[in-house]
Amino acid sequence: MSEITSKTIAELRAGLRAGEFSAREIAEAYNAAVAASKLLNAYTVETPEDALAAAEAADKARGQADLPSLAGIPLGIKDLFATRGVDTTAGSNILKGFKPPYESTVTANLRKAGAGMLGKLNMDEFAMGSSNETSAYGPVISPWRRKGSNVGLTPGGSSGGSAAAVAAEIAPGVTGTDTGGSIRQPAAFVGISGIKPTYGRCSRWGIVAFASSLDQAGPMAKTVRDCAILLEAMAGFDPKDSTSLDLPVPQWEKNLSSDLRGKRVGIPREYRIDGVPDDINALWDRGIEWLKDAGATPVEISLPHTKYALPTYYIIAPAEASSNLARYDGVRYGLRETGNDGLDGMYSATREAGFGAEVKRRVMIGTYVLSAGFYDAYFTKAQKVRTLIKQDFANAFKQCDVILTPTAPSAAFGIGETTDPLAMYLNDVFAVPASLAGLPAMSVPGGLDANGLPLGLHLIGNELDEQTVLDAGLAIEERAGFTARPEKWW
Amino acid sequence: MVVMADASAPFRIRGETGDWEVVVGLEVHAQVTASKAKLFSGAATAFGAEPNTQVSLVDAAMPGMLPVPNRECIRQAVRTGMALEAKINRWSRFDRKNYFYADLPQGYQISQLYHPLVGEGEIEVLLDEKDEGSAKRIGIERIHVEQDAGKLMHDQHPTMSYVDLNRCGVALMEIVSRPDMRSPAEAGAYLRKLRAILRYVGSCDGNMEEGSMRADVNVSVRRPGAEFGTRTETKNVNSVRFVMAVVEHEAKRQVELLESGGKVTQETRLYDPDKNVTRSLRSKEDAHDYRYFPDPDLLPLELDDEFLEECRSSLPELPDAKRKRFEDQGITPYNAGVLTAEVETARWFDALLEAGAEPKQAANWVVAELFGALNRRGEAIDKSPVAPEQAAELLALVADGTISGTIAKQVFEIMLESGEGAAAIVEQRGLKQTSDTGAIDAEIDKVLEANADKVAEYKSGKQQLFGFFVGQTMKAMQGKANPQLVNERLRSKLG
Repeated sequence: MSEITSKTIAELRAGLRAGEFSAREIAEAYNAAVAASKLLNAYTVETPEDALAAAEAADKARGQADLPSLAGIPLGIKDLFATRGVDTTAGSNILKGFKPPYESTVTANLRKAGAGMLGKLNMDEFAMGSSNETSAYGPVISPWRRKGSNVGLTPGGSSGGSAAAVAAEIAPGVTGTDTGGSIRQPAAFVGISGIKPTYGRCSRWGIVAFASSLDQAGPMAKTVRDCAILLEAMAGFDPKDSTSLDLPVPQWEKNLSSDLRGKRVGIPREYRIDGVPDDINALWDRGIEWLKDAGATPVEISLPHTKYALPTYYIIAPAEASSNLARYDGVRYGLRETGNDGLDGMYSATREAGFGAEVKRRVMIGTYVLSAGFYDAYFTKAQKVRTLIKQDFANAFKQCDVILTPTAPSAAFGIGETTDPLAMYLNDVFAVPASLAGLPAMSVPGGLDANGLPLGLHLIGNELDEQTVLDAGLAIEERAGFTARPEKWW
Repeated sequence: MVVMADASAPFRIRGETGDWEVVVGLEVHAQVTASKAKLFSGAATAFGAEPNTQVSLVDAAMPGMLPVPNRECIRQAVRTGMALEAKINRWSRFDRKNYFYADLPQGYQISQLYHPLVGEGEIEVLLDEKDEGSAKRIGIERIHVEQDAGKLMHDQHPTMSYVDLNRCGVALMEIVSRPDMRSPAEAGAYLRKLRAILRYVGSCDGNMEEGSMRADVNVSVRRPGAEFGTRTETKNVNSVRFVMAVVEHEAKRQVELLESGGKVTQETRLYDPDKNVTRSLRSKEDAHDYRYFPDPDLLPLELDDEFLEECRSSLPELPDAKRKRFEDQGITPYNAGVLTAEVETARWFDALLEAGAEPKQAANWVVAELFGALNRRGEAIDKSPVAPEQAAELLALVADGTISGTIAKQVFEIMLESGEGAAAIVEQRGLKQTSDTGAIDAEIDKVLEANADKVAEYKSGKQQLFGFFVGQTMKAMQGKANPQLVNERLRSKLG
């Protein structure tokens, strides 16, 4: 069965149609792999029966001409997506045991495309974190290890369970969400691909909100093609989300092409920053060569407000989060600690017990920057800088078609190694600008560092131009020849 | 301390140290009852439903739920703005007002602070219905659209409170006036006029008992013409009478406070209608920091020409225009005011005119006869047992001399009871007015004969007895005699 779990979604799809194996075999192979992966702590809930039910439906429908794209493909779902009747907790104690009576639009779309669910994936609490260490379920352990070391590494975050699941082949593909790098940084840490589409491509309805103006769902998978397949199924206009884009979903997979002749690749000079390991800058240079080899022309571009992106993000995201998380008050669902001081006492006791330290920190920051007397200095100014950052990209895309940068300023680090919140926030320094601008961006694996850990390359596209991002990703994938897989220890 | 109530003079509070002027501004929360659904969810909004039966996942702020603006609510607020001659902002935006309370599931109210849907407008009120010189224009600062909160129930359990989220998310228009009112009467007139306009437009049913309209009353006092004083805000006052009482009570309280050397503190107060007092709820120092910011779940509202045109063209004739039209048709200003004060009355009266009634006669009849009958029977005009078309038929019979005004009253009573048509009643009961001089003469002769003593008195100069003879003759003829002829014949017979 290990043969099945090593396949890509495109290969599973083809094999299923060719009758090489049944959907049931696929589901069983993955269910078994999931059941044997407890040490990774990637899944918070396992739903083997769900995967089997979808497989059964797929096997019945096999042979039909209009078999949906993900028929018989079981997926892992980040715990941020509401799944009907299945625990949906956003990695938080405050939602422990919460089973929504509704299904998020994105997962409903995946189910419509025939996908089953293997289970819910661990994540940083409310998607706040870059290492999956803030989860109420404890950290996910990356399947990767440094050469000759047994130190447990983080898979990145916040979609840490999602990343680990694909890398460990306990899911062929997964959903992630990206607010400021939460798909891309973990994808880079574990050597897989992940794309955050243009803001509004995927409905946010039924996804537990972190920062509404930034949150976007996206897929993570072994290959660029798999990401295209998944994203096509996930995306689409949803009248239940006012910020959803009322546009048809392009045929990204069908149009995939690694021929980049005529394309210009922007290399932003502001992304050459101090303290980034040589391995990463070297990989970046190799990435430029690969894209040249695919026919593209590199051009140096400037994104002058890049250095303000991280502080801007850490004002806007917490501000929105402080308001979005106000609903977790112990009144209607989730955890309730009654306390002993009336309604206010219940609020404090519930939120004290229910939220972890990082969530509390961001709620405090967000409350502070929105407060009377500080609002203009922080929130209003951050909104203005955000506009300038968007303008930077708009100007850049007059000179280029896609932008190439490293995904993260480091490879995966050890669990517990990064204790300073600000150092942790720096993980997303390359990812955050595209989030603030609402642009499609992707991480693809480029190679291994000196310790044998994966490094990712980051592609940022113009608004709605996921195609060029995926095409450039494919060009890198074909040339990087990244086939490394973690050695199984779990 | 005396409150001067002379309508012709400015309202003053006569304190120990001199006269004080009251300054009033109202923030009226009007539910968009025209939309049967909530502002950001499809849930129903019927009044009086069982607790928590009109709550969607969005209203209960379940994780991952998102608001989607209800077009009809926006449309009604725009139409309301247009009716108040206000500036409609083609670009507006929703903001979150953040605070914790158990009746507020999201932990924030979606409202509009920075960019409201409707800007400045105004309302003209008449302080005295009979005097058009008493008109005063009250400025409207803005109208914004926002969500209502739910309701806590404290009487369901000995130690816990229950929450009913039925009202949660219901669309409210907050209509903010300028501090342009200077007396309880002005505040009352403004609120009544605003309510009438809302009901004409149809955006809000104006039902204050059911909470679809309520006011926050801002009151301050000052020496006449001086700078504004510190104001207090009395929340959620739910009748015109209570609003007037709050203004009067608050003004007096503030004057007493100031004259005894105290200071008015900016604070939120609550009105207790049973005791007719206001009491402090929280002071400015305890005020929430609402941390308003643009709601990132919602795009700005952008209104296009087509939408605005539809809003405008769907507006009905409004009270002021209607009143002017009625006056132009010869109706007295007082009657025109009465007939346009309530939209149901105006609608009924318009239907009466459309059925062919002569305006002036019809107005007098509605104000005197119809209102009297409805009052007696405890019925609302839109439930009147006599329809406008039936009333027009009755009035036509009077106008063309078929029946007298006296008989008309009688016919109307029968119409109210039986629902029959006026002409049929007149026909069946033989109530037609008679101009048969032979018959009239015969009855007059009988009356004069039977009252020979009075005839003698009359002839000796007691002229006022003439009416007595008319009455007796009419009575003898069951009111059917043409009164003009009776007069004529009597005069000639009495010499």
